[in-house]
Amino acid sequence: MSIATTAPDHTHHDSGYSGGLLRWLTTTNHKDIGTLYMTFALLMFFVGGAMILAVRAELFQPGLQMMQPEFFNQLIGVHALVMIFAALMPAATGFANWQIPLMIGAPDMALPRLNNWGFWLLPPAATLLVLPFALALFGIGDGALATGWTMYAPLSVQGGLGVDFAIFAVHLFGISSVMGSINIIVTIFNMRAPGMTMMKLPLFAWGWLITAFLLIATIPVLAGAVTMLLTDRHFGTHFFNAAGGGDPILFQHLFWFFGHPEVYILLLPVWGLIPHVLSTFSRKPVYGYKAQVYAFIAIGLLSVVVWAHHFLTVGLPVPALIYFMFSTMAISLPLAVLFFCWIATMWRGSISFETPMLFAIGFIVLFGIAGLTGLVLADVAADAQYHHSYFVVAHFHYALFTGGIMGVMTGVYYWLPKWTGHMYSETLGKWHFWLTVVSFNLTFMPQFFLGLAGMPRRIPDYALQFAEFNAISTVGSFILGISQLLFAWNIWQCVRGGAKVSGKVWEGADGLEWQLSSPPPHHSWETQPEVK
Amino acid sequence: MNAAPHTHAYYVPQPSLYPFVLSGGMFLLLLGSILAMNGFGAGSWVMLGGSGVIVYVLFGWFGKVIGESQGGSYREWEDKSFRYGMVWFIASEVMFFAAFFGALFYVRTISVPELGNMQAAHGATLWPDFAGTWPSAGPKGAAFTPMAAWGIPAINTALLLSSGVTVTWAHWGLLQNSRRQLSLGLAATVLLGIAFLVLQAYEYHHAYTEMGLTLGAGAYGATFFMLTGFHGFHVTLGAIMLSVILARSMQGHFTADRHFGFEAVTWYWHFVDVVWLLLFVVVYWL
Repeated sequence: MSIATTAPDHTHHDSGYSGGLLRWLTTTNHKDIGTLYMTFALLMFFVGGAMILAVRAELFQPGLQMMQPEFFNQLIGVHALVMIFAALMPAATGFANWQIPLMIGAPDMALPRLNNWGFWLLPPAATLLVLPFALALFGIGDGALATGWTMYAPLSVQGGLGVDFAIFAVHLFGISSVMGSINIIVTIFNMRAPGMTMMKLPLFAWGWLITAFLLIATIPVLAGAVTMLLTDRHFGTHFFNAAGGGDPILFQHLFWFFGHPEVYILLLPVWGLIPHVLSTFSRKPVYGYKAQVYAFIAIGLLSVVVWAHHFLTVGLPVPALIYFMFSTMAISLPLAVLFFCWIATMWRGSISFETPMLFAIGFIVLFGIAGLTGLVLADVAADAQYHHSYFVVAHFHYALFTGGIMGVMTGVYYWLPKWTGHMYSETLGKWHFWLTVVSFNLTFMPQFFLGLAGMPRRIPDYALQFAEFNAISTVGSFILGISQLLFAWNIWQCVRGGAKVSGKVWEGADGLEWQLSSPPPHHSWETQPEVK
Repeated sequence: MNAAPHTHAYYVPQPSLYPFVLSGGMFLLLLGSILAMNGFGAGSWVMLGGSGVIVYVLFGWFGKVIGESQGGSYREWEDKSFRYGMVWFIASEVMFFAAFFGALFYVRTISVPELGNMQAAHGATLWPDFAGTWPSAGPKGAAFTPMAAWGIPAINTALLLSSGVTVTWAHWGLLQNSRRQLSLGLAATVLLGIAFLVLQAYEYHHAYTEMGLTLGAGAYGATFFMLTGFHGFHVTLGAIMLSVILARSMQGHFTADRHFGFEAVTWYWHFVDVVWLLLFVVVYWL
């Protein structure tokens, strides 16, 4: 089936704000807003990356060489908040904006002005997050929040101006996420092409649908938690203060009720897009569509009832420990279903290794390591040893860098030709992949050993015995950071020009978005396609 | 869902500057509050500026939406989007309240009794006046009187439940094309909401001046004021929204079969009502 489309249309005859900056400030078009999200995410990826390279430079040798511990603490916390809220989540929302309407045959997102607001909340939020660094230069306050991204009470109750900035930044990021989620749910429920039943919905949309439910369920709880933190700090409440009958551990419960589902919020959109890529480059249909949908739902449900495994060592009662250990481990069952479906999709396929496929396969292998080490940490007895060590840092970077960021890169290489109408450089893409994979492992594999040997996280200095692995990790991190410039350069070149691609960019690709021209017209699917 | 193709194009609004300006206003409001909370005098002025921007956008943006609605831009398809959107927005609000209810259950069933157990384990010498029972301001908290359920709170429960009835009565009026009943019902609902707020303000004043019950009164004070305070804030918002709907009704907006704006506000009002019932039971009564 081929749908006739109008020629790419970059004139905005329908808009009162046609040119330049105003176009981007005022746009209600899902493609423009998707581009804004992706651009913002890429920018903040480098901001967060620069912060952590400074941290790795400090950790290159034992002792304090470059910075005071206070500044070190600020960098690690803001690095995490930037990467999670300002890089990964906006990247996922950018994909949703670009792809969901194209993939389900919708003329746009259901609530276009709300969509614009969702994006434009992000720059103020990111500004609030990093502003205290700048203010400290002028002698105002003592820098950004220095508590780590988790903002645990009582440290965060006692912290300086930076904590207030982070609290309000989280509020704005949260409002943005909730508005984005509402929009995505409404779009998927109400804007699908005729004939596209829920069980014909592309897996990417399914992944995002579960993500959106999780965001609506958990972000408001985080908002409540940081609001309590704010009132504890400034208005004399005792939520997290035992003197008044409160409890610092209450903050951990509230925070991780959000924080654990947040992991799946970051991963589900990626799990949604990976099957499309695997299917395209294996030239086979997705294996186990229904199983994957049910696995998404199961993981979504389980993710909100396992939060306390993030603080198993805090002194919870034994029945609680046992419950949280087994419920956490139960997540590996639906996750294993996904892994088997991914592998079975490739099984006996006619596979070719374009850059998106390389990233998808790299994702499966390395994210598998995250899953297996996660089982180790879920074990209460083992966690008593590994908690708050570099083992945890290595584990969640295997989850969130290879599971999250490499998944995003998979999607970028896969859909960028569709968005721009040009092919990226396959050579640069492959260099980017191999450099990323090798340097990522160089950076984080030693951290497993550091953690097993007992090196604690979030400390700027360490014992001499940890020196070699830290030096290796720092070298790896700088190669990893610099390799990402290839990614940015490749995207930039692809946006500006390059070989023209057809509507169906990849010969094995299947789905409504490939029936449109590349790039798609400014308004697509104004007449909805019929899905058989 | 979506069995048949839609007969008309979905309404995609023109580009709009409102969302961007709203974000800017929120940025100023939050920046100003941070400055004000940390003792920078200019903070209040920045807050004021931000609030002004937000109010301006609310008038402009909602005005635009109402204009589009009256102009016939929205039909069944768009209407459905708004309905889904409002439902999931209210769901997010439910989870916001859940955080504070969760905190209340946690301090009542875990942290305060645990502190009591510690006290008992030390032969009641740690904090001699502390028993670890609810209501409590904690081991170091000053004495206070907890809020009784069967005074003002019970009256407030009756007021809010009645307002749920009046708003439904207004809805019936709208469905039967009785504009008088619609306006009267809405006006009664707004008045009941305002009466609720006045009584709650009186209750807060009484708590602060005569009962020693303040935001700083330990776990009880914190959960009491944050839960009832956020609820009161939502009643205020709901009353403002109902007033707008009342004004629109009096200008002839809404018809028996097209009145999403009216319904969205009634959903919101019922949500606030249900939260109150939970509050009444677990904060005031039990």
